[in-house]
Amino acid sequence: MLQESEILAIEHELTLVPHKSAAVIEALKIVQQHRGWVSDEAVAAIATHLDMSPAAVDSIATFYNLIFRKPVGRHVILLCDSISCYVMGYKTLYAALQKQLNIRFGETTPDQRFTLLPNACLGCCDHAPALMIDANLHTDVTVEQLETLLEKYV
Amino acid sequence: MERPLTINIHPGQPPLNLKEYESVGGYAAVRKAVTNLTPQEVQQLVQESNLKGRGGAGFNTGFKWSFVPMGPDAPTTKYLIANADEMEPGTFKDRLLLEGNPHQLIEGMIIAAYAIQANIAYVFLRWAYKKAAELITKGIQEAYAKGYLGKNILGSPFSLDMYLHTGVGRYMCGEETALLNALEGKRATPRAKPPFPQVSGLFGKPTIVNNVETFCCVPHIINNGAAWFKSLSYSEDGGTKLYGVSGKVKRPGAWELPMGITMRELIEEHAGGMKNGYRLKGVLPGGASTDFLTDKHLDIKLDFKSVSAAGSRLGTGTMIVMDDATCPVGFVHNLQHFFAQESCGWCTPCREGLPWVEKILWSIENGNGREEDMELLQMHTRLLGPGNTFCALAPGAMEPLQSAIKYFGDDFLTHIKEKKCPYQ
Repeated sequence: MLQESEILAIEHELTLVPHKSAAVIEALKIVQQHRGWVSDEAVAAIATHLDMSPAAVDSIATFYNLIFRKPVGRHVILLCDSISCYVMGYKTLYAALQKQLNIRFGETTPDQRFTLLPNACLGCCDHAPALMIDANLHTDVTVEQLETLLEKYV
Repeated sequence: MERPLTINIHPGQPPLNLKEYESVGGYAAVRKAVTNLTPQEVQQLVQESNLKGRGGAGFNTGFKWSFVPMGPDAPTTKYLIANADEMEPGTFKDRLLLEGNPHQLIEGMIIAAYAIQANIAYVFLRWAYKKAAELITKGIQEAYAKGYLGKNILGSPFSLDMYLHTGVGRYMCGEETALLNALEGKRATPRAKPPFPQVSGLFGKPTIVNNVETFCCVPHIINNGAAWFKSLSYSEDGGTKLYGVSGKVKRPGAWELPMGITMRELIEEHAGGMKNGYRLKGVLPGGASTDFLTDKHLDIKLDFKSVSAAGSRLGTGTMIVMDDATCPVGFVHNLQHFFAQESCGWCTPCREGLPWVEKILWSIENGNGREEDMELLQMHTRLLGPGNTFCALAPGAMEPLQSAIKYFGDDFLTHIKEKKCPYQ
């Protein structure tokens, strides 16, 4: 079941596109904004609302890496693993994060505080290595800074 | 040295709001275009300026626009899209323009939309550019309030609506036709060409997709003319270029410089040369999907033709420097991991070939390589090369691989012989 506020937001998106299924990515984004992730039930509800099959909606939901089909923690860490960050040592940062949080890429801490994911180039290669936590970009990150940086996210 | 695109960008300070932007001549070019010039005249001017697409392909922008059907028989809905899905690894130039001066992009898009008589415009922005999303949203609102967007712009018959669309990941969204599929709510897989988007693009309507930096050049061409724009350049491609350098150099960053400066000037003067203790071993001149150049190529001019003649591509103009302490096999493995992950799976050579390449490189890097692996890699550079795949992703992925084998082949062989990475 979609919530009323979700339906309202999806209905607005439908006014901007020539046919219903064209709004499916926006609908997935809206649901994720409300719930943090997109469950099987949510996929089915979106499908019903947009006259699509659940499989068609899921083929799109699973294609895009920033639609989460599994629950994530309260904060999502996206560590850039692309080439400039590779040269500038993202692997050292990854090792430090693994040690500090005791999770690997794709995992969530048992207290649901952090999910750790790799991400393709964040577009700040002149300040590598870089990572994002939720909507915040952190650049020129050093292992020494990590602990203080993570403390801000409770 | 003129730098029209970045003269009003002051890193660390908020960008100009609409009023401030107008006070430095902003939106004068929109006024000039919609009140004094015909759409054809705008197209002609941009074509004469020899502005070449800054997304990497380097196609003449005005010429690209000229394929859009015009006149009373043309479809009533046409689209104009700014490709702001900057995701080429090592590329960070559009971020500077988006965050530094959003009104410059909006102005360039309005003029381009006028030139092809588009009535709907989208900024397709990648998810990660949160600050840019905020600034563009505000910029679009301000432009509507002042009558630069909406119905009958500046009292003319021309009307335009503009929307911001933020993506949900995937490198493929930067490919022109895959971007159209993503905007239509589909998976970002490429489309067959023809039909070209200029004729049948978004929702089957005529569509132009250009890079952010390309649009940002347009107001300056309208204000100052095609001859002026050409005079900014040291080569036959018009204008300035945003060049960038990342890796172990003293001052990584991005700079607006005349098109056609040398790689030596860019890396040694602007980026300050290599950090102490490191030597330059290789350079990817225009993002992850361009062929390596080496220290032998430092004196080539950084324009589309000269970089091609040297065996690579200017691409996005943002270089990634590989130093002598970084393992070339590990470096190329990182690139192939990216391309294998970002393959959309639409065509077989790319979907199956790239993960194979990635695994071979991982074996070599970890001391499990065999001599015949070099032949396998060579075979892939042919089979995944131009003409065998649906879009440019896999051929692009093969560019750094084939040139790494050419220039750093000994490094690969040392890994295989010594059964370990000599850099670790």
